[in-house]
Amino acid sequence: MIGALTAFVDELRGVGIPVSMVEAIDAARAVEHVDLSDREALRASLAATMVKNARHLPAFDVAFDVYFGLRPSPDAGDGDGAGAAEAAGTAGTDGADDLFEGILEALLEGDHEELRRLVHLAVDRLSGIQPGRPVGGRYYFYRVMRRLDGDALARRLLDALGAPAPADDRLGARLSAEDVDALLEQFRRELRSEIVRRLVADRGSEAVARTLRTPLVEDLDLMHATREELARIEQVVTPLARKLATRLAQRRRRGRKGRLDARRTIRRSLSHGGVLLDPQFKPPRRSKPELVLLCDVSGSMATFARFTLQLTYAISHQFSKVRAFAFVDGLDEVTHLFGPGVEFGDVLLEMASTVDLVWQDGHSDYGHAFEVFRERFSDALTPKSTVIVTGDARTNYREPRRDLLEEIRDDARALFWLNPEARRYWDTGDSIMSTYRPVCDGVHEVRSLRQLERFIELVALPAPLRRAATLAAG
Amino acid sequence: MGSPSGLPIRVCGEPAAGARVIPARMSPVTTREPAWTSAAEAGDALKATGYLSTPGIAQVAFLADRLDKPILCEGPAGVGKTSLALAVAEAMGRPLVRLQCYEGLDEAKALYEWNYHKQLLRIQADEGKTWSDLEGDIFTDDFLLTRPLLTAITAPEAVVLLIDEVDRVEIETEALLLEVLDAFQITIPELGTIQATSKPFVVLTSNTTRELSEALKRRCLFLHIDYPTPDREREILLSRVPDLPDALAAEIARVARSVRQLALRKAPSVSETIDWARTLLALGIDHVDAAVTSETLHVLLKYQTDIDKARRELELVEEPPG
Repeated sequence: MIGALTAFVDELRGVGIPVSMVEAIDAARAVEHVDLSDREALRASLAATMVKNARHLPAFDVAFDVYFGLRPSPDAGDGDGAGAAEAAGTAGTDGADDLFEGILEALLEGDHEELRRLVHLAVDRLSGIQPGRPVGGRYYFYRVMRRLDGDALARRLLDALGAPAPADDRLGARLSAEDVDALLEQFRRELRSEIVRRLVADRGSEAVARTLRTPLVEDLDLMHATREELARIEQVVTPLARKLATRLAQRRRRGRKGRLDARRTIRRSLSHGGVLLDPQFKPPRRSKPELVLLCDVSGSMATFARFTLQLTYAISHQFSKVRAFAFVDGLDEVTHLFGPGVEFGDVLLEMASTVDLVWQDGHSDYGHAFEVFRERFSDALTPKSTVIVTGDARTNYREPRRDLLEEIRDDARALFWLNPEARRYWDTGDSIMSTYRPVCDGVHEVRSLRQLERFIELVALPAPLRRAATLAAG
Repeated sequence: MGSPSGLPIRVCGEPAAGARVIPARMSPVTTREPAWTSAAEAGDALKATGYLSTPGIAQVAFLADRLDKPILCEGPAGVGKTSLALAVAEAMGRPLVRLQCYEGLDEAKALYEWNYHKQLLRIQADEGKTWSDLEGDIFTDDFLLTRPLLTAITAPEAVVLLIDEVDRVEIETEALLLEVLDAFQITIPELGTIQATSKPFVVLTSNTTRELSEALKRRCLFLHIDYPTPDREREILLSRVPDLPDALAAEIARVARSVRQLALRKAPSVSETIDWARTLLALGIDHVDAAVTSETLHVLLKYQTDIDKARRELELVEEPPG
C-alpha cells in the first residue's frame, strides 16, 4: 500500500497539486483506518488529507481512478459465468440491444451494482478494446457510446420518467431533462472509470496517468479554452484576485518604516513625563501605480482581454487609477462600462454594441488603434501611468506605426505587452512582435491564469519591491 | 518602561518567578477513546442528531476523530458546514465551544486576556508587599480571562471547538490558530505552555472569500461540501420540515438544483430551500409548477436581479417582462 501511495503522491505532484511531506504522511496514517475494499472511503480519505483546494479535486479524481481503480471485477469470473451465459443467449450478435435495455433499467432503478456489471460487459463486447493497442481511452469511450446510442438512451430515459412535453409545462420539461442529464452523467462516469481500469491493467498506472493528465485550471490555455474550461476559469478568477490583493497589500505593508513622525512622538511622550521613549513613524509613502490597459478585443483575443480586465478590476484598489481601452481597428474607452457588480459577459456585449471599436473591417489594426489613442486620449498618460497592451501583435499586414508606440512609452512610466500566443508562434505569419518588442519595457507570454497572476503582481508592486521580485523570479 | 499593554516586558516562554508553571507535554494527559469504530457508525450517529451526511462527510469526521486532526470545511454558504460541527458535538455528547471569526479578531478575543482591572485591585489591596510576591500573585489563573481557544484547551472534558468563517480573519491572524491546531496547546508568556488535558475535536469553516494560508491548510483535513444532490436534499427537507409530503419535497429539491445551475449572485442555500418548503406547506400547495415557483421565488432568492433572471431563464412567466 505504501508503494502505491508514494507512486500516487508522485502523480499528484506531477499534475501540479502540491502535496507536502506532512500531508503524505497523514494520508498514510489515514489509510490505516480505512477499509481498503471500500473505494469511495479510500477516495474521501486521500482527498481529505492531500488535496486542500477544491479546484484540484477533478484532477485528483482522475488520478485516483487510475491508481486505485483496480477493484475486483463485478463478476466473479472475468467475462465468464453470468456474463458469458448472457452472451450465449444472444449468440451471433454482440448484445448491444440487451445491454441498452439493461442499462436503462439499472439507471432508472438506481441499481449501482447492476449498472457497474453491465458497463463492464459493454466494454467487453462493444469497445473492441485490445491489449497493447496504442489508442487513448477516449476512443473506446466514444465507440461504446456510439454503439449503445447515447441519444436514444436519453430519449428513452425522458419517456420513462414521464417528462411532460415542453409546450405544456416548460418547467417540468426542464426539470426532467436535468434528471436525465444526471443519470447519463452517472453512466458516463461509470464507463470512463471502467475503461481507465482496463487501460491500467494493460499498460500500468504510470503510462495511463500520463495520457489522462488534465491541466489544473490555473494552467489552462486562455486562448484555446473550450466553453467548459472557460466556465471553470471564470469561477476561479474572483477568488484568485482576492488572494492576489491580500498578498499585494501584505507586501506593501511590510518593508521599511517611513520618516519619524515628530508630532505623534511628542504626544506619546507626555504619558512618560516627556521622555521620548516611543518614537513614532509615519507610514511609508508608496505610490500606487496608475494603469492604462489597451486591449485587443478582436476574435480570439476577446477571451484573453476579458480575463485581463476582470482580474485587473477585481484588484483595482491596488492601483490609484485604472483606465481601460478596447480596440479592434478603431479604439474607444471602456472604463465607464465596468463598475461594482457588473457582469463581464454583459459588458462585452455592451462593448460590441455601444462603443466605437471598429473603424473599417473589424480586423485588428494596431497602427490605427494607436493613432486614435494618441489623438483622443493622450491625456490618459502621465509619468505615473503604466501602460499594458494585450494582443497577439497580428496586424493583418497593416502599418505597425511603431513610432506611435514609442511616443506612448515616452509619455508613460512603463509599457508592457502581454501576448497570449505561445512564444514559438511570435513573428510567424502577420505577427510582428519583434517590431514592437524593443519599444516595450517587457513583453510577456501570458497563456494561463497563473502567468497572468504573476504578471499583475509584478506590475502592482512598487518599483523597489518589483525589482526584488523580478530577481527572485530569475 | 512599559509595553503597550501595560505589562512588564518579558522574554517569551520564560515564566514569571513564582508563577505556576504548567509543563508542556508531548502527549495529552488522557488519550480519549475513539468515538466511532467506523465511518458508517459516524454517519449513523450524525443522522441520529438530524444531520444527514454523505459517506464522504462521515469518512472525514471519522478520520478526524481517529487522527486527532482538525477538519477544514469549505463550500458555498448554507450547505451545512456549521451544522456539521453542531451535529458532531451532539453526536459525541460534548459541549461546543464556538469562536466566530471576523475582521480584526485578535489574541485578546480569541485566546486569552489578563484581567487588568482585577490585577490593579489586587495590587492596591496589597500595598506593602514586595514586588516579586505580587508579581507571582497577579499572573495566575485567577486573573486570566479565557477566550474560546483557551476555554477549549483547558476544559476538563473534551469539547468540540468550532472556528467559524475562518476566512474572515486577516491572513496574519491565522497564525494565532496554528499552535492550537497543531499541538493542542497555548503558550502564555507569563504562565508557560498550557497543554490540552483532552484533545478537542476541531471544525473550521470557510466560505472561500479568500484562500487560506498553506500553513493552516496543511494542519487540517480538507472537506469540500457542495450543494446536496436532489436525493439528499429531499431527505434533508423531509427530516427538517415535518408533514412535508414526499412528492413535494422531491419537486422542491429538483427546482432548487435547476435554480443553482443558473449564474446567480447568490444561489439558494439549503436553509433557503427549507424555508421555501415551509412556505409552500403553509400556503397549502402540493405541487410545484411554474406559476407557484414564480410567485414564491423571493423566498429562495434574495436579490431582485437574481429573481428576474431565474424567472426569465427558467421560463416561469409567459411573456418575459420588459
